[in-house]
Amino acid sequence: MFTKEEKNTDSAHNNWDLIIESKSNKSSFNIRELIKYKDLILMFVKRDFVSLYKQTILGPLWVIIQPVLTTITFTIVFGKIAQIDVGAGLPPILFYMLGITTWTYFADCITKTSETFTANQNIFGKVYFPRLTTPLSVVITNLIKLAIQFTLFLAIYFYFKLFTDITIQIAWHLTLIPVLVITMAFLGLGIGLIISSLTTKYRDLKFLITFGVQLAMYATPVVYPLKNVPENYRWLLQLNPMTNIIETFKIGFFGIENGVFSIYYLGYSIIATFVIFILGLQLFTRVEKSFMDTI
Amino acid sequence: MSKTVLEVNNLSKQYRLGQVGTGTISHDLNRFWYKIRGKEDPYLKVSETNIRSVGSESKYVWALKDVSFDLQEGEVLGVIGKNGAGKSTLLKMLSRITSPTEGSIKLKGRMSALLEVGTGFHMELTGRENIFLNGAILGMTKKEISSKLDEIVEFSGCSRYLDTPVKRYSSGMIVRLGFAVAAHLESEILIVDEVLAVGDQEFQNKSIGKMQDISKTGRTVIFVSHNLNSIKSLCTKGLLIENGKSVFFGDIDSTISKYLSSGNAANQHMIDFENNTDRTGNGHLKFQNVSLFANDTPTNKLFTGDKLKLRIRIKSYSSVRFIVAVHLYNSSEIRLSNVTNMDSNFSFSPFKGEQEFDIEFDSMMLYTDTYKISLWVGDPATHENIDYIKHCCEFEIVEGSPIINRALPKSTGILFMQPEWTIINKK
Repeated sequence: MFTKEEKNTDSAHNNWDLIIESKSNKSSFNIRELIKYKDLILMFVKRDFVSLYKQTILGPLWVIIQPVLTTITFTIVFGKIAQIDVGAGLPPILFYMLGITTWTYFADCITKTSETFTANQNIFGKVYFPRLTTPLSVVITNLIKLAIQFTLFLAIYFYFKLFTDITIQIAWHLTLIPVLVITMAFLGLGIGLIISSLTTKYRDLKFLITFGVQLAMYATPVVYPLKNVPENYRWLLQLNPMTNIIETFKIGFFGIENGVFSIYYLGYSIIATFVIFILGLQLFTRVEKSFMDTI
Repeated sequence: MSKTVLEVNNLSKQYRLGQVGTGTISHDLNRFWYKIRGKEDPYLKVSETNIRSVGSESKYVWALKDVSFDLQEGEVLGVIGKNGAGKSTLLKMLSRITSPTEGSIKLKGRMSALLEVGTGFHMELTGRENIFLNGAILGMTKKEISSKLDEIVEFSGCSRYLDTPVKRYSSGMIVRLGFAVAAHLESEILIVDEVLAVGDQEFQNKSIGKMQDISKTGRTVIFVSHNLNSIKSLCTKGLLIENGKSVFFGDIDSTISKYLSSGNAANQHMIDFENNTDRTGNGHLKFQNVSLFANDTPTNKLFTGDKLKLRIRIKSYSSVRFIVAVHLYNSSEIRLSNVTNMDSNFSFSPFKGEQEFDIEFDSMMLYTDTYKISLWVGDPATHENIDYIKHCCEFEIVEGSPIINRALPKSTGILFMQPEWTIINKK
């Protein structure tokens, strides 16, 4: 009834600030817009932190209690009962704590970001903001948790190093820690983005993710050293990008003979992370425009 | 001087009917197969317009089809339409919650949408924390919010509770706080859904006042509401949507009168019974047609308190004595009344041929609802049906009556009464 054919020609001279169109196959990723919303990311981080432990007696202590209890359990089950050899003279408690702290960060990033659309559909259905702010805030929230847990690990680590007779080697790989943490963050974020995008339509993945992440821990040298795996099968585990990251952590803290390191495999992990992240970003920015219709 | 700040071209949105799930993968694969061969999406073609009552083979439906309009800076647009006409779909696309299937929206400046107050409020956080969170969600920076914090707190009237978790607030306080944040948005284009329909009367007036202030500052506002009264007082332009299509776009008064006089076949102000086969009776007399008037305007939509007139044409084939009755039902099939000519001391004399008569109801004090009318003419003594047409026409009491100053959910009553209240004893 109101065709605007003749209008189109003169509006071409106008410079619009925003054009919303139906190109559903085009990714809408816009880094400048995301930066504009940086305050929102920080507000989400604050919200998640402040609200998580409200009305609990122990409060933020829970951030520490979780890995400590898991470490004790793992030390008893895998160290004492299953008697896994974690490395000559290495206190098992340190070995498990490092593995759990790093793995938990990665696993939390995946499971929390994979819920992005389902958990936030109420807000997403009412107001527009770059949807990527939510998974990014999850990664940052978990980064703070990781920092707290890592501090605890360092405290125990230095206790063993300074106040006991046990000698613990360190290696130059410690300098890679920032790279390792960033890689873990992007890998977790990338996988989470892919899963969250697919779950809007295919809910099956929701069931897969809960036990999938648990099982994946056993495909990663968290509770056992990679050295214990026969050499000709190791590559299979090293295809898992997390394997090389966790092994590099261990070499850094426990010395060169307590882990397997290859610059090529670590390079592979970084490249794989990059590919997965870009893929996740593409999928996510494509789905975010129309997921309200399918969720 | 005035410049176009928003331009909407052929905006359309298609939805899939029924359960999403079965056949989703096969449809997706089929779409993909068409796409790599460079063909058009096969499912875009099959859908039909959104007339809900009419069944259809197609699994896809256009919730909105080819809607176009543009707005100049400072204009306030009211979007009017019945439930399900596509208003919310339009809002969702304008506010970027979902993307259009076809067409485009072009705009200048910042745009914010207010489809709900207090979106993203976290119950565990304090009022102050929520102001910042909600403001950030709506697109404000921390700096902007800080500079307006005092104004927001004052407008909300919650300053005493600012550092109390929101879960301790009353629901009215939450709404006030949410609206206070939203009212201080500085975007050039503002989209507002029926958020004004919440809160107590005092706050509603305050919000409407604030909305009027906003529209006076030269900002462009799009306002969707059922309440024709507030639309009338706020808007300068109107867009009428029916069954997913834009029916009228123009100044607000013409849009409202267009809305009030519009109707589809089952729901007209004049109904002819010539071909009616649903009637029962011996046929000595037959109703010919009935027309509805609200305040003497031909329409079947009226406000509470309006005058309703039925103009009925009846044909008599033999000179028998008769009485006429009008039965009034609400949408829950409750018969509200049985109006007869005897009750008004009016009598028809036996005649042959055609006659037309008016029945005038001075003021229809009824709640918002759709009401059905049945016409009966029968023998005065035996009450035998001469002609009876059940639910032969409908009229609708629409929201926005000038005599009602609060929200009137239809679940809370049928009759709207305004008795006189007087205090006779004060100590």
